[in-house]
Amino acid sequence: MSLEEPTPEDGAVEVLPTEGDEIAELLGDLVVDREEHVNAPGFVIRPDSVQETLRRLRDEAGFDHLSCVTAEEREDRYESIYHLTSFDDRQREVSVVVPTTKDDPVSESAEPVFRTADWHEREAYDLIGIEYDDHPDLRRILLPDTWQGHPLSQNYDQDRPQIVTLKEWENPLADDHREDAGDTMYVNIGPHHPATHGVLHVKTVLDGEQVADVDPDIGYLHRCEEQMCQTKTYRHQIMPYPDRWDYASSGLLNEWAYARAAEDLNDIEVPEYAQIIRTMGAEFCRIASHMLAVGTFALDVYGDFTAIFMYAMRDREKVQNVLEELTGQRMMFNYFRLGGVVWDLPEPREEFFELIRDFLEDLPEAVEEYHDLITGNEILQSRTIDTGVLPPEVAKSYGATGPVARGSGIDYDLRRDDPYGYYDELEWDVITEDGCDNFSRLLVRLKEVEESAKIIEQCVELLEDWPEDERNIQANVPRTLRPEDDKEIYRAVEAAKGELGIYIRADGTEKPGRFKIRSPCFSNLQTLPEMSAGEYIPDMVASLGSLDIVLGEVDR
Amino acid sequence: MSSERDTPFVTDDTQVQTETRDARMTGAGADNRFNSKLREAFGSSPFILTKFDQFMNWVRGSSMFMLQFGIACCSIEMMHTYSVKHDLDRFAAGVPRASPRQADVIIVPGTIVSKFAPRMKRVYDQMPEPKFVVGMGSCTISGGPFQEGYNVIKGAEEVIPVDIHVPGCPPRPEALIYGVAKLQQRIAEGESSPVTVKPYELEQFDDLEQDEIVEQLADQIDEDDLVMRYNWADSP
Repeated sequence: MSLEEPTPEDGAVEVLPTEGDEIAELLGDLVVDREEHVNAPGFVIRPDSVQETLRRLRDEAGFDHLSCVTAEEREDRYESIYHLTSFDDRQREVSVVVPTTKDDPVSESAEPVFRTADWHEREAYDLIGIEYDDHPDLRRILLPDTWQGHPLSQNYDQDRPQIVTLKEWENPLADDHREDAGDTMYVNIGPHHPATHGVLHVKTVLDGEQVADVDPDIGYLHRCEEQMCQTKTYRHQIMPYPDRWDYASSGLLNEWAYARAAEDLNDIEVPEYAQIIRTMGAEFCRIASHMLAVGTFALDVYGDFTAIFMYAMRDREKVQNVLEELTGQRMMFNYFRLGGVVWDLPEPREEFFELIRDFLEDLPEAVEEYHDLITGNEILQSRTIDTGVLPPEVAKSYGATGPVARGSGIDYDLRRDDPYGYYDELEWDVITEDGCDNFSRLLVRLKEVEESAKIIEQCVELLEDWPEDERNIQANVPRTLRPEDDKEIYRAVEAAKGELGIYIRADGTEKPGRFKIRSPCFSNLQTLPEMSAGEYIPDMVASLGSLDIVLGEVDR
Repeated sequence: MSSERDTPFVTDDTQVQTETRDARMTGAGADNRFNSKLREAFGSSPFILTKFDQFMNWVRGSSMFMLQFGIACCSIEMMHTYSVKHDLDRFAAGVPRASPRQADVIIVPGTIVSKFAPRMKRVYDQMPEPKFVVGMGSCTISGGPFQEGYNVIKGAEEVIPVDIHVPGCPPRPEALIYGVAKLQQRIAEGESSPVTVKPYELEQFDDLEQDEIVEQLADQIDEDDLVMRYNWADSP
């Protein structure tokens, strides 16, 4: 097994507090109360000691990854939950719970400690209505500025009319410039623009030709995914929605995120055979997703609609054929069930394996072609090498994960660091590149395609030899699931774009009390201003392409 | 084309036409290069008599410039429709234009939410007449799986008129091609769609009827700002 355990390099093992009691000791009297979440110990703190708590956990206990911020309204209070973990050891987790009163929902912002809290807290303010002191820019993020009410709070009336404006955006730096130092120019990119990969709106201010200020404006595809999941039942009704979060063919990866959280919440064991099928299907989705990322990236960078985009689409079609054989659908698979998958491999099995083998056989040549056409292309190289630089420290602070983090040399992959499915039984490597630039992120994706192919090949071998009477595709799961009241869980999987986490709080009914999606694209997109400050517009577009965002997942 | 010298002078010109056509198509030494179904339909005369409107409709249907307009999941299948394997270009409709000012068809591929609807309306308004709309996927029909969402417009028809609805979540590329072909047929036949839903309009803020919500927003929105008002309770 090539999945070495991450160990400190010098061998001197520094013992960091991991157990609940150790952390409690570290935090001392900051802790007001203790909670137990399924994934991690929870510590309740006062709303005015958020920064101190998080800083202490980050600096003294190594919890350097603020994975997610969940906000919710309970019967008697508002709650913000900070899900912390560590880039070095994903299995160390802690939740910091910050309750605030109903009449004065003000809590201290975590933004000075973790930059990523900026957007997460704006979202919490937007949807739930919690206000954050000391936040640099607390305004709505997903809904229009003129929206009335906070839709995921209790007593929200969905039928009240709303008014949305269509106004000219203003140059935020217009007042800043000095008369003699030249002028700044405001450029609106999106929400309808071919280079924004969907309905993203980037408010850009140029000083000369250089980018002086970038503000990604999101929410043009906020289709209430969390509300949808909160109004559906665990057993069958939620599963179709994950397919539509990251719709660039990452369906099975997203389904796995929900399946993993819900299975751990309900103590469901998944049969080994089903895990192998899941692993194989998920890696096909990863390939399809990376192909699209690479194809559209090349399209953005050197406008090659004819060759490379078509090549990428050709290979995606092949992947989609396999997935269609397996699941019956090209994109919205709805193939996973809690406790397994919906049906076994298609009959005749030999033909199906043949189809996969053909694909795997052609893949090395196809990847070689990509390297010829893309990474070996001088235009692309000069456009992407050393542009959009994202140093690892900055990436960590923004909670960047997936190929974006790995392109900055952060060795972090949930498939290895927090194993699920069948990954820890298989032979494969985590790809990292140290360039920190647009080119590294591209390379990571292309190499990951090859790693995924390795995983698929091993899965196929296992499936071929699996004894016929042990092909158990689903565990025995009750028709209706009612997890205990107040059981909370945060679980993540490695989706194509990074760490896709699901927080579920059960309320004793068959529907989740709170369903929160931690989208990798949401966190990754936050790094855009950092990457493009001082660069040219085309480099900003290249950076945007290299982040590989899918707006369905950013906005949810 | 050679004609026999000893052919008697014929005054019945339909017969001339018929004979000439036959000679051209089947006669000895006939020139096959120009023979086609079209030629057969035209007869011997190289001229077509048609109504100008009909001709224009035929031209419009046979050369459609699509707007490169991606919203959500359906846009991935739309991209597949444009590219290899399905290649919408074969049906004279596959040139995606990035600017609405150069496009005559807008495929609406995805869920429309409150923040995006005014922008989509603006993009639609910027397209030159005559313009056509293909609604792709369930979300553009009714809001699809997200219909109960607080932020979701219950179908594209609440914002712009839609000519063709392609159902599916998402529709397969074949379905989209069928939808486009149907649109071409409709255009060629000169049909247009009635508006079935009273759409949300872009209005000036001070033109709105005064009520509670308008008062609440009065200090945030300028009087002459364009706004779109959503009456969720009246949505279908």
